[in-house]
Order: sequence, then structure tokens, then C-alpha cells
Amino acid sequence: MSSNKKYWKSVEELNENSSIVEALQQNEFVEEIPTDEFLGDKESLESSSTSRRDFLKYVGFSTAAASLAACEGPVIKSIPYIVQPTEIVPGVANYYATTIANGFDFTSVLVKTREGRPIKIENNTDAATNGIANARVNASVLGLYDNLRVKAPMKGDSKISWETFMSETTSKLKGLKDKSIVLLTQSMPSPSVNKLIGEFKAKYGNVAHVVYDAVSESATLDAYQAKYGRRGMANYDFSKAKTIVSIGADFLGDWQGGGFESGYAKNRIPHHGKMSRHIQFESNMSLSGANADKRVPLTPSQQKLVLAKLYSEVTGNSAGGVKLPEVLDAAVKSAAKELSLAGRNAVVITGIQDVNAQTAVLEINTHLNSAAFDPSTTINTRQGSDKAVMQLVADMKAGKVGAIIMNGVNPAYTLPNASDFKEGLAKTELSVAFSMKQDETATDCQYIAAAPHNLESWGDFELKTGHYSMMQPTIRPLFDTKQFQEVLMAWTGATGSYRDYLKSVWIKDILNGSSFNKAVQDGVFVTRSASNGVGSKNSSSKTVTTTSSELKDKKDRTFLGGVIHDVAVGVGIKDEDKDEYVTSTTSKTINTSVDNADVTSVLTGGAAARALAKAKVAEGLELVLYTKTGMGDGQQANNPWLQEFPDPITRTTWDNYLTISQSDADKLELKNWNVANGGLNGSYAKVSVNGAEAITVPVIIQPGQAKGSVGMSFGYGRTSKALKDEMKTGVNAYPLYQNFNSVQSVSIEKTVGEHEFACVQLHNTLMGRGDIIKETSLEIFNTKDKKHWNSVPVVSLNHIETPVTSPDVDLWDEFDRSVGHHFNLSIDLNACTGCGACVIACHAENNVPVVGKSEMRRSRDMHWLRIDRYYSSEDTFEGDNEKKKNISGLGSSLSEFGEMESPADNPQVAFQPVMCQHCNHAPCETVCPVAATAHGRQGQNHMAYNRCVGTRYCANNCPYKVRRFNWFLYNKNDEFDYYMNDDLGRMVLNPDVTVRSRGVMEKCSMCIQKTQKTILDAKRDGRPVKDGEFQTACSAACGNGAMIFGDVNDKGSKIAELREDDRMYHLLEHVGTKPNVIYQTKVRNTKA
Amino acid sequence: MKKSYQSLEDNPTNNMKQVIYCGLTSKIYSLCIVLLLTFSTSLTAQDGDPANGKSLYNSNCAACHKLDKPMTGPALRNVEARLADEQGLDRAWLSAWIRNSSSLIKSGDAYANKVYNEYNQIAMTAFPQLSDQDISDILAYTAEPPAAPPVPVAGTEQVVQEPGISNNLILGALALLFALLAMALILVKRTLDRFAEAKGIEVITENKRMPLWKAFAQNQFLVLVTAIFFLLASGYFVYGYFMQVGVDQGYEPVQPIHYSHRIHAGDNGIDCKYCHSSARVSKTSGIPSLNVCMNCHKSISEVAPETLAEGNEYGVDYNAEIQKLYDAVGWDGTGYTGESQPVKWIRIHNLPDFAYFNHSQHVTVGGIECQTCHGPVEEMEIMYQHSPLTMGWCINCHRETDVKVKDNAYYTKIHEELSKKYGVEQLTAAQMGGLECGKCHY
Repeated sequence: MSSNKKYWKSVEELNENSSIVEALQQNEFVEEIPTDEFLGDKESLESSSTSRRDFLKYVGFSTAAASLAACEGPVIKSIPYIVQPTEIVPGVANYYATTIANGFDFTSVLVKTREGRPIKIENNTDAATNGIANARVNASVLGLYDNLRVKAPMKGDSKISWETFMSETTSKLKGLKDKSIVLLTQSMPSPSVNKLIGEFKAKYGNVAHVVYDAVSESATLDAYQAKYGRRGMANYDFSKAKTIVSIGADFLGDWQGGGFESGYAKNRIPHHGKMSRHIQFESNMSLSGANADKRVPLTPSQQKLVLAKLYSEVTGNSAGGVKLPEVLDAAVKSAAKELSLAGRNAVVITGIQDVNAQTAVLEINTHLNSAAFDPSTTINTRQGSDKAVMQLVADMKAGKVGAIIMNGVNPAYTLPNASDFKEGLAKTELSVAFSMKQDETATDCQYIAAAPHNLESWGDFELKTGHYSMMQPTIRPLFDTKQFQEVLMAWTGATGSYRDYLKSVWIKDILNGSSFNKAVQDGVFVTRSASNGVGSKNSSSKTVTTTSSELKDKKDRTFLGGVIHDVAVGVGIKDEDKDEYVTSTTSKTINTSVDNADVTSVLTGGAAARALAKAKVAEGLELVLYTKTGMGDGQQANNPWLQEFPDPITRTTWDNYLTISQSDADKLELKNWNVANGGLNGSYAKVSVNGAEAITVPVIIQPGQAKGSVGMSFGYGRTSKALKDEMKTGVNAYPLYQNFNSVQSVSIEKTVGEHEFACVQLHNTLMGRGDIIKETSLEIFNTKDKKHWNSVPVVSLNHIETPVTSPDVDLWDEFDRSVGHHFNLSIDLNACTGCGACVIACHAENNVPVVGKSEMRRSRDMHWLRIDRYYSSEDTFEGDNEKKKNISGLGSSLSEFGEMESPADNPQVAFQPVMCQHCNHAPCETVCPVAATAHGRQGQNHMAYNRCVGTRYCANNCPYKVRRFNWFLYNKNDEFDYYMNDDLGRMVLNPDVTVRSRGVMEKCSMCIQKTQKTILDAKRDGRPVKDGEFQTACSAACGNGAMIFGDVNDKGSKIAELREDDRMYHLLEHVGTKPNVIYQTKVRNTKA
Repeated sequence: MKKSYQSLEDNPTNNMKQVIYCGLTSKIYSLCIVLLLTFSTSLTAQDGDPANGKSLYNSNCAACHKLDKPMTGPALRNVEARLADEQGLDRAWLSAWIRNSSSLIKSGDAYANKVYNEYNQIAMTAFPQLSDQDISDILAYTAEPPAAPPVPVAGTEQVVQEPGISNNLILGALALLFALLAMALILVKRTLDRFAEAKGIEVITENKRMPLWKAFAQNQFLVLVTAIFFLLASGYFVYGYFMQVGVDQGYEPVQPIHYSHRIHAGDNGIDCKYCHSSARVSKTSGIPSLNVCMNCHKSISEVAPETLAEGNEYGVDYNAEIQKLYDAVGWDGTGYTGESQPVKWIRIHNLPDFAYFNHSQHVTVGGIECQTCHGPVEEMEIMYQHSPLTMGWCINCHRETDVKVKDNAYYTKIHEELSKKYGVEQLTAAQMGGLECGKCHY
């Protein structure tokens, strides 16, 4: 019996007399479509002599004519050198060792150049102590070819010549009477620059050098200075740590300048049943927290209490009464116990920007006598002082500053009180910004001194005590630029080039008789005292070094740090050698007083802990500001690779956002939801600090975010002419960075509107699909057989369970792959920290296009290599499996699956890099109608772009979803104005890899251009290929040892060994694709 | 589609005739000169043999000295007489200088030091091995009067200026004539018809059988066969047309400098890889940079008269082409001016971007002759694309060519395994995997 219930779509339908309803029943649209209007004057259209048929004839004829004319091949010119440089052979890459030191990232790197163009940044394995290239450093090569760079010095909006610039600025500098000159620079731990600045001070007098880090590590520096008497940050070597307790320190991110992940990863791979244990106390879900064995979410104010408690537990000194919630209390106690048990093998670190907290950590590590803790070697990549910067802004506002010369800083964007700064800037008589861009600060300055990119400059850096790194140009400057050092020399009236100056400084102060050319070639120089292991404060190192007369100059040099040290050395040289560079004793008096922060207030360990213990637990929400893996401090915001780089944790591109826990979001009625096209939308929230003007930020609900805390990243929301409009994304978080405190008490309320995110991974948890990520605990790994934690899936064959690896259950015939090379790529889920360096390296190597935010939102990203991030709704992934197994019946499965979909408050996280798996039995190959994708006997799945007709069958049939379709032409297309749209940006393209066109499928080629090159090199030399020679872009970029590439037919190679490892498994093995990419089961050092 | 083959001359046929003619004259002239020279030298020669002197001069002196122009060292024409007249220096001084100039300079000899300083203090190579006879032979050679300038140039100029009647013009005129004739015939017939009509004469039109075309049109079978034939034929031509789209075999563009591979690689036998050195190590063979040209052309500023005469066959003045090189590289005969102008060569061999080709793989590893792909370059006056450079052409070669595995340790293992697998001793590139898509397309 049919129901007579009335269904209706809109209230209007209930009105029986509605003409609209009537009209809609008959027609598609209510109103008549104005076609005549659309086509123009009907009369003249009809009377036109050109009929529709004529029109078609014309079109047909012109198309035919055009296509025939297009058959004429273009005349291509080839222009050889007039005098070919001996080191350049067209078609052969040259590598140069240099340094990327942009004030935020400091790394020794190798730069690959082709025909004189730098095209890729690779790791300098000789310089392992200086960290490995992260995603931003890998991407920085694109900044060289940024079309918006300042191409010549500018005065206001007009270009001027360097002569004009020099004469005008010099006369202004000399014309300043009693007002001071301020050099505001990024952190530059550079011996030659410090000496130059000393000379500049001597020449002009009344000069102050203020170092400014956009994201401050001032508290760390102050605490270290108070304890050890010099400015720097203690070095940590996590490869020596068996137990790591981190309190709010994202040491796999940018904590203390970053670069710790390779040391950390070494101990994460279980070796003889042992691996390190990592406990993380934190508020935001960070990379470090995601990799931790045990992660304790807590608010920033609780972190201080936890640290105080930990201090008292480990050292035995009382820290006063610390009241902690029971869970935290237990967690601290167990952490303290583990630390004490591990003794020397333990290390504690903290990211709390508080002198007391940092002091307490130094005390704990000293107490533990931690092997990983190395206070005698300082990290010098952060030198800024908050107080000096604040004082400078106040002085500028008061009109005390006559001239300000800035290098590598952008305070008008990065200062919390940027408006005060701008006000002060207007009051100076001379303002010069050394900048590559017309950025927020440079546009407000009188002069923009066009600065070269790192890859076009000379430079030297003492990144760690005794660990020097050399920066050399890898290309002649593209534009009319001069580096800060050169101009500084011109101002002081010095002659010669900065290179010669640098060389003389190195020969005199650093090299100690070693060859300068060798240092330039290596890119690094480690003084022997540093390499011999540091720690002793006496000058025993003197005997180790050399016997030259320079010895006396080098007295204790490695034990002095930072600016003070170098000025002091300069003076010392002057006194003894009558050196021409240090001009007068006045430089002695110009000690960088601003750097001597108020260290007297720093307390001893116990007192510091007691001060910490008094920290009040904040009432409202606490905001933790952080730097994103992709964007850092935001200076590379115009880099489309980085904008499109998915954040390892949220998998969101082209944005920053407020991360909030589920429960807080519920309270504030903030939501995330997915819309029909798969895009993620979110509510907006208004965030205000201390009642100041609120900023509106989109919200992402972040599993694992501590309740009571929210997070937001720096680096977005930039304006100015330094960026293309597409890159002006996100919200600037620096105005919230009051007093350089990364923790702020904020009030948040929901506001109208919804934000469209470009998030590339929608599913949140693994849903217990253990064949994607296999995981086990160290205990099970050590005690149980492989089949318990890494079993091969079985299928039923004649009612007998047969493993899927058996040829009996295979659809395909097996090929003989024992001859020649057979490439495999091993990915160790234990060593992968999710840092994403491989993603950018893959971009650079393989000319992967950037598609932009709206295309990303449509899931049309072109990344050949993605790093999937999985959460577990239970405490462990195992828990998910259990839950899935126990699901019975439809009713319960629906609800339980629903439950599993939402990640828990404190989920386990796993990262999994996925690229084309190069299946030996590839499903994509069988469905290609034109045989555009075929299998090579070396194990690579080939893709012939020129053969592809774009049916996309292959992508449909790929179980790993790693094939990418070119929906548009991404090069030379104004709609995709990122980097392949201008001649300058295209200079970064790898000439050995095809730039794909529209309508073509593409995917990871397992860097066949690199393997082929390695083979060819060996053939030319007439030798077999050695193990370790074969590399892909991702395996070469991975400094963690998570990606190992090689030839499995080379018995005895690392990869052949890994293939036989117990931890080895294939992704979705039950599908029977027999991939050539292998994964190593993740083992967690979890304890009950 | 082919690029137009522009030849240097508008009318090659006509030119050819003239070339034969001027070739003859030039031969007569040069014969005269040779005779004259032999005659005159025998008169002026003192005690040396200028023929032997010439060969000694070319092997020992020519690298730094020219007869009539100063180069690295001074001009040597009549050097002995000049020194005797101007400086009062005798043969003994010259011998001492030639055998060991630096000791002469050290001894403080005034003129020796003057010359040394004049020529940028570059000491002349010592030739202690030259005997007195050798020296007198050389000096005899230098004492010869200069050869008369090559004559045939005037002839060429004449040829170029003299406007030949083009064959096309003749053909055109003929065609016009025939057209006029045909028109006249039609007109005559019409007039005759009109006359006949006016006079009432009935023109007997034979009641012919059906015209051929009508009969043809009515025979459906024939029509069908013809239609099929035409369809197939046009299909064949259309296919042929499309198949050659993008194939530039025979492409022979006019280059900014007329560079003759025939002279360099053929006559002079310079190894291809002397200039195209990156072919050994790189994916590209490389167009030589101008400094490579200058290695030789610093001393070769003009070609031999015979070569110059050969150039006439192609309508090229080689000396002018060398001058173009000098203009580009900024060489004024003695030094670099620093004003250079890159040469924009027109690229002949263009592989599409999606095809990867590596010269070193083929040249160094495979040991394949350049001529295998580039054809008889040593015979090419103007370089052209010899091979089609199509994929089919690549593949065929990979199927047929054996890999050079001998004495290459890289291949030891793989050769052993593969030859066991295929049961052959020699492996082709295809058997090594040289037909896989990804080996060339990535």
C-alpha cells in the first residue's frame, strides 16, 4: 500500500498556487533563457552574409591550413661558448660543496649544477656534523630563480646603480653625528663577518650589531651563557642516547636550528634487539611527538611543572611542591626512573622558551653525565637576543638610531610589534635593507641593496664550535647584486674582494696550515680539536694541532663562542701580529653588550626548578606557536614547492591554521567536515592575545593536541611585492608572538564563515588495516617469531592455505630477474621521521609540477612521492587490529568502524612514504591500451609519456594510487603561474627528465635517469657498479637511512640484506603485485 | 616536413658549367706560376734547397712564424737579407739564434734582446738538431719571392655577376607559347565553325559511339576498381606524407659560418672527437666552442690556394669564412680584442625532448663510429642529417648491433649470465634490454 505522505524539497512547493513550482515542473529554469540577448542583435545576425555553413568552412579551412603550416619544423639554434670553461662539459653535472645559511636553516650541502645552473641540492655526506638538508633547504634552490627577486639596488621604487648607492649611503653614514648606526642581521656565526663588523665599528664608531632571529632561542642562549660563560646552544648527539625525554622540544623539527634527526634515527632501527626509547611531553602534535614511543599530551604550563618534577626526581634536589594531575605525575615518575636507569645513555631536552627551564635541563644532563649532551661544542646557528631587539625598537622609536642596515631579516613581518618598528624605521636618517625581495621591510626602507642568493655568494660559518662550513658561489650572480659583506668592506674602505678577505681570515685563523682550496672543495673544515672530541677546557688541543707560529693565535679559540669570541680573537691577532684587518684597540671596547642579556637573573638548577614549579596553570586556552616543516619562519613563502608540500602531520598544503583538540573544538563548536568533492572545510576562529586585536584563523581539529592548548604556525600570511598573489596564503602568527614567547594565553571564539583547506589525506586512521603499516612492539619483536608480527598473507588453494608469495597462486608467469640489475628500494618505517626532505628532492629531480591550492583540493596533486600519515584510534595500532578482529555482526561493525574513524585524543602516529611500488606483476601494465607503461627487466616500471593517451585506466587499476594525471598543461601556462611559467623558474628543471604535457599519466620512475647514469659511468670506466652507488633522489635525500636503494642481484649489498630481513614486508602483499619497493616493519619501544 | 634546402647559389646548374671553366683556367694559371717559381727560385737560391727548406720550415717554424706576417714570432720572408741589410748580422748570428736563442739573449746581444722584448718575451724554441745545411735550406725557402695571389677569384666574380638565363624562365616561356598556340587553335576553330554556319554548311558531326568517359562511367566495375585504386594510391601518399612529418633526413641548413667538414675531417683528417670532445663523456656531442677552433686557426688565417680554388666549386671564399670566425672570437690577427660575438649555429640533429640519447654510451662504451649515424661527414661540404633519427631506425640498430663487452669489467658478469640464457656468444643491444621503453624515455 502506497503511502500518501507528501515529500517536498522546498517550502515553496507547499504553496499550491505558486507559479514558480508550476514553471519548474515544466521547464528547467524559471525564467526564459535570454538567448537572443546572448547572441546579440537577431536581425543583423540573420541578415549577415556569412552563414553558419560559411563559418564552418572558414573554421575548417583555417584549422587545416594551420595544422599544415605547423608541420614545418622550427629552426633551432645552438650557441656554443666562445671560450668553454674547462670544468664545464655540456650534459655532465658538476657538484659544488657550499652552505645554505639563510638565518633559519644552516646546512652544508652539495649543489648539482648543469651547464652552470644549480638545479638540485643534495646532502654533503662529508659534513655530517652540520645536519642534513631538510625540505626547506632542498627547496631553496628554487628561490634562486624567483622571478620577483630584486634585480638591482633600489632607492624607493626606482632602480639605481651601485655607484649611486655607495656614494649616497657612504655620505649619509659619514654625515651621522651623534646618532648610532645599527647593523641588524640574521644569525651569522661567520668568522669573517664578525671581523668585518669589527672593522666597520672601528671605522664609524657608535655602531651596534644586533642579531635577530625571527623565531627566538634567546632563553636557551641565556641559560647556556649563564652556566658556561659564552653564548651558544649545547650540542646534542642523539645517536649516543638510549633514552630520550623531550619536554616540548620538537628536535626532529626546528628546535635549536634542527639537524638532529639523522643521529636520532640511527638508534631507532632495532639492532641486536635494542633501540632507543623516546618519551615526549608536548602540547602540539609535532614530528617528534609523532615518532615518540610514548607521547604525553599536556599544556605548556604543565610542561614547566613536569620539568620541575623531573628535575627533582632525577637529581634528588627538591623543586618545591609540584602539583600535577595523577596521570602526568605517574608519567614523570616513570620517565625519571627510565632516565636514572639509563644513566649516561639518557638525555633530557626541552623546548620551553624559559631561562629557568633551559637551566634545569642543563643541570639534569650534567647530573646524568649524558653522553649525548655536549656542552663544550656549541651550536651557533641562533645568536639573537630578544632584549637587544626590543631595545632597538624602543631606540628607533625614540629617534636615537641614525642609520639601520639590515641583512637577512624581515622585522616588519616577523616582529610582534611590527608597527612600532615601522614607526621607528621612518625616524632613521638612513635605512638600508639587504634583501633578495621587496619584502615587508625592504619596501619601507630608503634603500634596497639587492642581495644575492646563498648559491651566488661567498661566506663562512662556524655552525658548531670547530665545525666550519664554507659557502661558495655555484653560479655567477643572475642579477646586479652585491652581498652584505662586500658592501660592508666598501663602507670601511677596504679594497679587494670579499672572497680574498675570507680566504685571508681562513688561512690566518682557521685552517692552521691546511689547504684553503681543499676546504672550498669539501665545503667543510673541522678543526682537529673539535674532531678529537671536545670537553676539556684546558689547552691540550694545542699539542694536537700544528707547530706553526700561528699556534699562539689559536689559543682556546674553539672554546670561545659567538660574537664575543670572534671579536676577541680579532683583537688577539691584532695585538700579536699587527694584523691589518683589525684596525684599532677600540674594537675591544665594543663588546657586543647587547648580547650580554640579563643573565644575572638566571638561577642555579634547584632554584630554577623551584621557579618553574611555581608556574601557574593557565586558566584559558594556551597557544603554542610553532614552525611548520614546510615553511619555517616564512622567508621562503614564495617558494611554490614548499607551499604545496603537505605538512607531515595535518597533510594540509597552502595554509596555516589553528590546531585544536577535539574536546576543545566541541566546546567552542568548531568543526571540520568534508564536502562532496572530497575537500576539507573548517570553521573560523577568532584568536586574541591579552585582549589585543583578534585575528581570524581557520581551524583544524588535531588528534593528539593537548586539551587546553591550541597551536598555530609561523611563516604564513605574508604580503608585499615579495610574493606572487597565489602564495599569499594563511594568517600571520607573528603578531601573537608577544615578547618572543612562543606560548601565549589566548581567548578563542567561533566566527562566521568556512575555510576551504587543501588537505591531501582525508582518512584519519588506519582502521586496523595491518597490511598497510605493519607494526609491533620491541618486546614482541625480540621474543616472538616473525609470523606473529610480520606474517605473509595466505589464500586458500585446494583448501590448503598457501602464502600469496607462492607462484602457484599467481596470475602471472614469473620472469627470470636474476640477470643484470634488479633494483629495490627499502623503506624503514622505524627510521622515517616524516621530515619530507625526500618529497622536495623528488620534485627537484623529476620536474614535478606545482598545481596550486584549488587543484590540490580536488586531489589533483602531482607528488610522485607522498608520505602517508596514519593515526590509530586506540593507544596503539595493535589496538586497532584487536578492535577490528572483535567486530561481529553488521550493527556493531558500523558503530565500531565509525569509532575507529575518529582518531583518539592521543593517537599513535606512523609515517609511510609511498611512491610507485614498481610491481613485478603490475596491474597498471595489463590495462594500458597503448602499452605506454611497461616493465623493465631491472625492476622498474617504465612510463613512456609520449605514448600515453591518457585513458587513466592504469591509475584506476593501481592498488597504491601512486599514478598522477596531468589534468592541465602545467608549464608555460598563465593559469599555473608558479615556477614553470617563466624563463627564470624553468632554469631549475632537470634537463634529463621530460617535462610532461597535458593529458599524460606520470609517476615515480625509480629515478631511472639516475640508475642509467650510474650504469653508464661504470660502463665507461669498465668496472662493476659498487654497492651504494645506485641512488634515487629520495634515498639520497634521506639522511636518516630510512630509504636504502640498490641492486638485489648484487649479493652482499645492503639492499639484498634488507630484502631478507625479518622486518621486510610488501605493501598490500595479498594483492600479489610483488612490488620492488619493500618496507621494514615499524617496531615501537613501548612499555606497559 | 622538410625545411627548405637553401643552397648558397640560386642556380647550381649554371654555376657548374662555369666552375668547370674556371677550374681549367685556374689550373693553367697555377701551372704558369709553378713554372715561373721554379725558374725564379733556381735563379735566386744561393746554396740551399728551397724544396727541402719548405718541408723543414713547415715542420719546425710554421707554428710560430709566417713568411709575410708577424705571428708569435716575426715574419721570415727574406730574413737573412733583411738582417744583413738592417742590422749587419750574418748567417752565423742567425744560426746561433736558431740553435739556442736564449743563450744569445743571455749573452746580452742587443738585437737578440730587442726581438725578445718585442715579441712579448716569448723565447723561441731551440733547434740544436738543425744542421748548417738545414738552416741554409730554410733560409733559401724564406728567400723565395711570394707566390702570386690566386687568380681564379676574378673568374668567380664574373660568374656570379653574369646573369644566366634560368631554365625555369625558358620553361615558362615555352609554356606560355604553348598556351597561346592552343588558344589560337581554339579561336581558329571557332571562326571556321562560324564561317560554316554562316555559309549554311552543315558540319558533319559523326554520330560517334558513346564517348569513352560515358562508357567508363556506365561500367560500374571499372569505376569501382578505379576508385579503389585511387583511394589506395592516395592513402599511400597520405601515409607517406604523414610518416615523414618530423623526419628531417637530409636537413641541410645554411650555417652562419660555412664550415666544411670535408676539409677538416676529410682532407686534414682531424679526429671527430678532437672538436666534439664531449661525445666521449657526455650525452651531447657538443658543438665546439670557438677556442677549440682557435687552437689551429690562430696560425691558419688563410687557406692554401688549391683549397681556395676548391671553395669556388661551392661558391665559398674560405678565407672570408675564417675571417667570420675571427670576428666572432674577437681575434685581430695578433691578439684577442675581447669583443666577441657568439656564433648561432643552426642545429641539425634534433631529437625530441622525450627521447634520451647519450653520445658517450655509443661512442665510448659501444665504440661505434660517428659515421654510423652521421654518415660520410668527411665528405660533406655542408653538414646534413644523414639518418632519419626515427625510433624504428634506433630499434633496428639495437637489434642488429652486438654489444662491445670485451675488456669491459662491467659486462663480465652480465655477459656470462645472458649468453648462457640465450645460448649465444655475442649479445645484441636488444638482448641486453636495449628495446625497453624506459631506457630512452623518461
